[in-house]
Amino acid sequence: MSSTTNYILGVYDDEDEVLHAVSAVKAKGIKVEDVYSPFPIHGLDVAVGHERTRLPIAAFMFGTLGMICTFSLISYTMVFDWPMIIGGKDFFALPNWIPIAFEGTVLFTAFGLVSTFCISNDLWPGNKTLPLDIRTTDDKFVMAINVDKNKVSAADIKKALKDSGAVEVNVK
Amino acid sequence: MAGHSHFSPANVEEHFEFTSEGKKRIIYAFIAGVVALVIGIYLLSKGEAGGHEVAAAGHDAVKAGHEAAAEHVSGGAVSHQAGVEEHYDWTNRIWANVWLNAVFFTGIAVVGMFFVSLQYLTKSGWSSVMKRVPEAFPKFLYISLPILILVFFFKGDVIFHWMHHGVTEVGNENYDKIIAGKSGYLNKNFFLIRLVVFGGLWILLWKMLRKKSLEEDLNGGTEYFNQLVKIGTAFIVIFGASSSVFAWDWVMSIDTHWFSTMFGWYMFASWHVTTYAVIVLAILYLKDKGLMGYVNENHLHDLGKFMFAFSIFWTYVWFEQFLLIYYANLPEETIYFLERWEGHNKIYKTSEILMVILNFLLPFLVLMTRDAKRTRIFLKIAAFLIIVGHYIDFYQMIMPGVVGKHGGYGLVEFGMVAVFASAFIYVISDELTKASLVAKNHPFLTEALHHDI
Repeated sequence: MSSTTNYILGVYDDEDEVLHAVSAVKAKGIKVEDVYSPFPIHGLDVAVGHERTRLPIAAFMFGTLGMICTFSLISYTMVFDWPMIIGGKDFFALPNWIPIAFEGTVLFTAFGLVSTFCISNDLWPGNKTLPLDIRTTDDKFVMAINVDKNKVSAADIKKALKDSGAVEVNVK
Repeated sequence: MAGHSHFSPANVEEHFEFTSEGKKRIIYAFIAGVVALVIGIYLLSKGEAGGHEVAAAGHDAVKAGHEAAAEHVSGGAVSHQAGVEEHYDWTNRIWANVWLNAVFFTGIAVVGMFFVSLQYLTKSGWSSVMKRVPEAFPKFLYISLPILILVFFFKGDVIFHWMHHGVTEVGNENYDKIIAGKSGYLNKNFFLIRLVVFGGLWILLWKMLRKKSLEEDLNGGTEYFNQLVKIGTAFIVIFGASSSVFAWDWVMSIDTHWFSTMFGWYMFASWHVTTYAVIVLAILYLKDKGLMGYVNENHLHDLGKFMFAFSIFWTYVWFEQFLLIYYANLPEETIYFLERWEGHNKIYKTSEILMVILNFLLPFLVLMTRDAKRTRIFLKIAAFLIIVGHYIDFYQMIMPGVVGKHGGYGLVEFGMVAVFASAFIYVISDELTKASLVAKNHPFLTEALHHDI
C-alpha cells in the first residue's frame, strides 16, 4: 500500500459484526476495498464482492506445460538423441512415460502455483508489507475503504462505519 | 450461503411420491427391455446376433499367444480360450449378461451402503441432507444377490472356467494343473459360503442401519447417531474384505488362469464412481421434481468432486494394473490385455478405447472447473457418461472370458440392461417413499444446511 493513498479504516471487534457491516456499508453506495482478519471468515469474500481467484486456470496451464515439457524431454532423450531398448519395448514406449509425465505435471503445477500466488500477493522474499493496522494479526477486524475511489465524502464514510458497529475509525 | 434460512429441520419432512404415472413409465421400460431381450434371444438362437465371422489371421495370432501362455504356466495345460470354445453354447451369452448386470447393480446397491457408512465413520456433516438417497440403494440387494446365487448355482459352469467338468480331476482330459492348484479356494461350496455369508452380512447391517436411521427420525437424540457410527464402522470393515473377495470371486475368477493383485481395488473403484453418478442423477431427478430444495449447489459441488476424484482414481488403478503387466511382460499376465486388445477378432478393442474416453477423459474435462461441478446439466452429462463408461468397463471384465469371440452389443445386451435398470429404479423409488427425504433429526443437519464451499 503506497503512503499517498487515502484510507479510512473501520476497526471491529467481532467477525459476525464485520461480516454484517460490509453489507451495511455497501448498501450506502460505498465501495469496500478489502477486509483484514486474523482468520478466514466464511462468506466474507462474497460479501466484499471479490472476484473468484483465477489460480485454477493458472494451475491447468502449468500442468499442461509440465506434461508437454516432460513428454518432450523423454521423447528427445529416449527416441531421437540416444535411443535405448529398455525391457524389450519400443523406443516410443508411451505407457512407460505416463507416470513420469504425471510427476512432471504435478511438479510444474506445484512450483508454478506457489510462485504465481506469491507474486500476485506481493509476497516475494525481502518484501516488507506493513499491515494497515497491526492488530489485524491479533484480535481485530479491519474494513478498509479507499476514499479516492469513492464518490461518497470522507465524513459520510466515517459515519457509515460508526453506524455499522465499528469500535473506532482511523484514517491512514 | 443465503437462501435456506427459511428451512428449519424441525418443520420439514419431505416425502417422495412414487406416482402410478411414474410406476407405469418404469414398467413400460421394463416391458420394452423384456421384449428386446426376447427378440435378442430369438436372434441369438438363429445365430444372427453374434460377431461370429472369424478373421483367420487375427485369431491365429491370439491363439498362438494363448498357447504360449498356457505352456509357460503349466507345461501344456488347456488355455482358457480353448475352454470357452469347447463349452460354448448360444445361451451362454444370455447368462453372461445376467451375471454382468447382477454384478454391476449389486455394486451400485452395496456402495450406497458403503457411502452412508463412510459418512458416519468420518462423522461428515455435509452429506446428512442427502444421505437418504444412497441409504435406499441396498434394497436392490434383495433382488440381485439371489440372482447371483441362482445363476452361480445353475449356470456357474457357463461363467467360470474353474467349474468346468473335470478340470481338477487328475487324469481327466480336461485336467488343468493350475486350476487344480486353486481349487482350495475356488470350489463350489466355499464360493457359495462366501457369497451367502458376506451378502447376508451386507443385508443384515443395512437393515440395522436403516432401522436406526428411521427411529432417529421419530425420536431424535444423539444415541442413534452413535449407534449408527458403530454400524457404519462394522460395515466398512466387512466391506473392505468382502469387496475384494467378491471382485476375485465374481469377476477375476472368470479368467481363472490369470490373476492381478490390484483387481479388488480396480473393481471397487469402478463400482464406487458409478454409485456417485447414480446418486447425483437421483438427487437431480428429485430436485427437478421440486423436492430436496435444501440440497444446494454446495452439496452438488461435493458430489461432483467425488465423481471427478474417483474417475481419476479408477483411471489410476486401471492404468497401474495395465502398466505393471505391460512392463513385466509375463505371458500369463499379458494374455488378459491381449485378449481384450487384439483377441477375438478385435471385437473388444473399440470398447476398451471407448471405456477410457468415457471413464477418464470426458469426466476429467467436463468436471474440471468449479462451475461445472455446480451446474446441473454438466453434472448430469458427466454422471451419464460415467455410468455408461463403467458399464462398458464391467462388460470388458466379464464378456471376453465368458463368451469370447461370440460377444458383441446386440438386443440381448440392451434388453438386459433395460430390465435390470428399470427393476433397480423401481425398487429404489419404492424404498425412497418409505422415509422422509431429509433425516430431520440427524445431529449434523444444521451444519449441512449451512454448508458453504
